[in-house]
Amino acid sequence: MNKARRNLPTLFAAHGILLAYTLLSVFPVILIVINSLKSRRAIFGDPLGLPVGEGVFDLVGYQTVLQNADFLGYFANSLIVTLGALFFVLVAGSMAAFALAEYRFRMNTLMALYLALGIMIPIRLGTIGILELVVNLGLINTLWALILVYTAQGLPLTIFILSEFMRTVSKELKDAARVDGLSEYRIFFQLALPLVRPAVATVAVFTMIPIWNDLWFPLILAPGEETKTITLGAQQFIGQFETNWNAILAALTLAIVPVLVLYAIFSRQLVRGITSGAVKG
Amino acid sequence: MANLALHAINKSFGATEVLKGVDLEIEDREFIVFVGPSGCGKSTLLRIIAGLEDQTSGEVEIDGTNVSLLPPAKRGIAMVFQSYALYPHMNVERNMGFGLRQARAPLAEIKSKVAEAARILQLEPLLRRKPRELSGGQRQRVAIGRAIVRNPKVFLFDEPLSNLDAALRVQMRVEIARLHHDLNATMIYVTHDQVEAMTLADRIVVMNLGVLEQVGSPLELYHNPRNLFVAGFIGSPKMNFISCTAQAVGEQGVTVSLPGDATITVPVVPDGVSPGTPLTLGIRPEHALLGERGGDAVLSGTALVVERLGGMTDIHIGGVGDGMMVLQAIGEPDVDVDDALSISLPAERCHLFDGDGKALTKLNPWQPRAARKAAA
Repeated sequence: MNKARRNLPTLFAAHGILLAYTLLSVFPVILIVINSLKSRRAIFGDPLGLPVGEGVFDLVGYQTVLQNADFLGYFANSLIVTLGALFFVLVAGSMAAFALAEYRFRMNTLMALYLALGIMIPIRLGTIGILELVVNLGLINTLWALILVYTAQGLPLTIFILSEFMRTVSKELKDAARVDGLSEYRIFFQLALPLVRPAVATVAVFTMIPIWNDLWFPLILAPGEETKTITLGAQQFIGQFETNWNAILAALTLAIVPVLVLYAIFSRQLVRGITSGAVKG
Repeated sequence: MANLALHAINKSFGATEVLKGVDLEIEDREFIVFVGPSGCGKSTLLRIIAGLEDQTSGEVEIDGTNVSLLPPAKRGIAMVFQSYALYPHMNVERNMGFGLRQARAPLAEIKSKVAEAARILQLEPLLRRKPRELSGGQRQRVAIGRAIVRNPKVFLFDEPLSNLDAALRVQMRVEIARLHHDLNATMIYVTHDQVEAMTLADRIVVMNLGVLEQVGSPLELYHNPRNLFVAGFIGSPKMNFISCTAQAVGEQGVTVSLPGDATITVPVVPDGVSPGTPLTLGIRPEHALLGERGGDAVLSGTALVVERLGGMTDIHIGGVGDGMMVLQAIGEPDVDVDDALSISLPAERCHLFDGDGKALTKLNPWQPRAARKAAA
């Protein structure tokens, strides 16, 4: 540690800014969580109050949500779609990144550019085309439709980030493995992938969160009862004339949990991934 | 152990020709060093031998078998890399045994071979360590150990000592020389360090722009360089080159005129040289002598820089004709910067090169020690 950088005013200023930012970003989440534990009257009477006291603390929202038999199904759908898309994005993306970084072939640069183009063009612009395609493939109202679309959505950024990291894997190390008789697949899985693991975790988090939170594609491609995801499922509590706020807030609170768990799994790697470019070692 | 042959190896990257028809025969148990400036194709040639790079055309033969199309692991080679290239997540023992485990060798055999290599390289106390817990020299020893364990027909070294500091480099150089002696293996070694080349090689291959300029023993290259490039590349400090013109041609050799009205008769075969032909005279810094001496041609100049190394003193001299030269004197000569100096050139130590840079054959070329003994 550099001593000169650790003087007190700087330390306070840095922590002050970070603390303020944290409060700002966590505030809406906290609001959702505390209000999900309150009675309807308390939500409107004192939205910022803590869920304590007679007539305030109320689990009616959770009761509504959990008694709704479909809700666990929505949860499962969200998990299947997110993990499925994540799997395909990471496998296909890291392999493409390895190929772009490792092999010399015609139009390598052009291909990399083409694959990165998707970062700049929002996939929702192609919704009508995608809908048509999904209908023609007979995949409408299936989870596969969502998995495939999210895979396409996640690939550009994954390839872009991972190919940079794949380039940092020592060429001589791969050559040494070739001399030792490893196939290209085993070089990829046993050498390259473990060495860029922090980057893969980073990409996994960045890919996972928008998929979990998406409302657009489930609404268009898989609105059927069997295939609803949690974000879509929560919408059923919003009625034309009356909205069940307790249930919505409880549903949203529950929806945060799996993302938190996945984040916790990846986060140790994530920190290393974000800092690996900046900090030596 | 085995011999190795390269037949008309060509390699292009796109439109750039990196290797242009390389032919080379390497004997069993020979230590061959490829040297040359960066970009001369020496590493590419090594990678082609290893099978890590495909040649555009030509054949690689190991032990009489054409291996041109075989993958690296099937060629019977082992390679040591500049960056050591140890598997970071495996300990020393697993690193060394990895190739054999890939080849599904029996566990007992792997264990005994790793133990043997560890013994040779004194790595036994380090077998459980991970590469990141080792120093540079230890890592390179592990990399060499990994090569030994494979028991290859040919060892390939790609600038293995370039990442080490100077003291360690000398130590590892000696270890590699001992290893070659003990293992009796065919070794091919790429370096740009000419001390490594001179001290390790049985034969040096000097490469430039994708062609072999000269192949020969270190001293042969030192004494009888075939052209200007080899003459300038081998030896440190570099050979001095002085432009001159042929004055007379006779049985004693070629007489040339030097800057400052001096003349010198160099004992070479005057092939295609007639009076008036422009030539280049080469003299090594350690062969030029300080002061005037009878019988030698004498040049004059001014000391620009005096570098005293203890045993040697390198004097950079300006105003020799319109150029400068370097003279290496033994001990501590009485010279200061800006002193006017005389430089004697012993004729038998001089080299002459024609307009194409080709060396003129000497009348008494240098002979290897064995040949001289046999003659006497």
